[in-house]
Amino acid sequence: MIEQIQQPWPWYVAGVIIGLIVPALLILGNKSFGISSNLRHICAACFPADIQFFKYDWKKEIWNFFFVGGILLGAFLATHYLMTNAPIQVSPALQSELAQYGIRNYNYMLPSELFSFEALFTIRGFIMMVVGGFLVGFGTRYAGGCTSGHSIMGLSNLQWPSLVATICFMAGGFLMANIILPWILSL
Amino acid sequence: MNNERVQNIDSNTACVNASEQQHPAWYNLKYTIVGILFGIVFVKAEIISWFRIQEMFRLQSFHMFGVIGTAVFVGAISVFLIKKFNVKTIHGEVIKIADKEFNKGQIYGGLLFGFGWAITGACPGPLFAHIGAGFYAVLVVILSAIAGTWTYGFFKDKLPH
Repeated sequence: MIEQIQQPWPWYVAGVIIGLIVPALLILGNKSFGISSNLRHICAACFPADIQFFKYDWKKEIWNFFFVGGILLGAFLATHYLMTNAPIQVSPALQSELAQYGIRNYNYMLPSELFSFEALFTIRGFIMMVVGGFLVGFGTRYAGGCTSGHSIMGLSNLQWPSLVATICFMAGGFLMANIILPWILSL
Repeated sequence: MNNERVQNIDSNTACVNASEQQHPAWYNLKYTIVGILFGIVFVKAEIISWFRIQEMFRLQSFHMFGVIGTAVFVGAISVFLIKKFNVKTIHGEVIKIADKEFNKGQIYGGLLFGFGWAITGACPGPLFAHIGAGFYAVLVVILSAIAGTWTYGFFKDKLPH
């Protein structure tokens, strides 16, 4: 049993648990699943700067900070108590592509060549961390939600605008990963 | 753009919760427990892995499609059952889910987020999980994402919606 928990979990286990978060949050307190709104609540709480978009009662939304705090804690617990030290299994096609860009470390969930404080001071690392992060924050709010708010919560509630958003998330991702990212990684 | 429409976009992008009840702050710990479970799944199913996201966008693995597809399936059945049987919250409140209203932001913003998702290999949830998993450099990514959200708020009225 412990051994099975320490192995990577299959998609159907993860999918069922994540799907059940939708009714769990609704039944626990009428909360709609959505994580990117936390970024807005942080702006509203720390730097509202008299911008209309950040003038609302963010304290009513602190449940979401508690939720995200749980995510952080859960990731800590899983990393320290439920993992083996085995490297991540990655498709051979991706491995040979990444080798061209000098990415060969599969010991962590993130390639240390791209996401580390040292990498931050290279052009490539700066684009990956700072530009990438900016696009996540700007894009999710412009779209009105992220993978959780639109793709899981919105689609679960059969909202067609969420389907539009999800198709655009995927289209943007395919375009970036296959056309633009190879150029960034070669910098 | 008239005021009412601006107001709609505000409420549409707010994801503010539907509950009108007031509770002591520690009641929110129930959401922390749900979050802990979510965080464990994020790590154990390698959803926070940059490599898994790259495989997804290159169609090199079914894993992430399976995760998201199953989650939507289970979520949709749950929402259907909640509506059909008029399930209430544990505090007896009627469950309300706000409709998402369409605006062009879902297209432009969606594409931009897609770019960011493929670069960082993370949507907002996994970004927070990275910190818990010990990747402290990702704090830079989160700060940049907050700056991106703030910039959107600053330019919102000038952007096409």
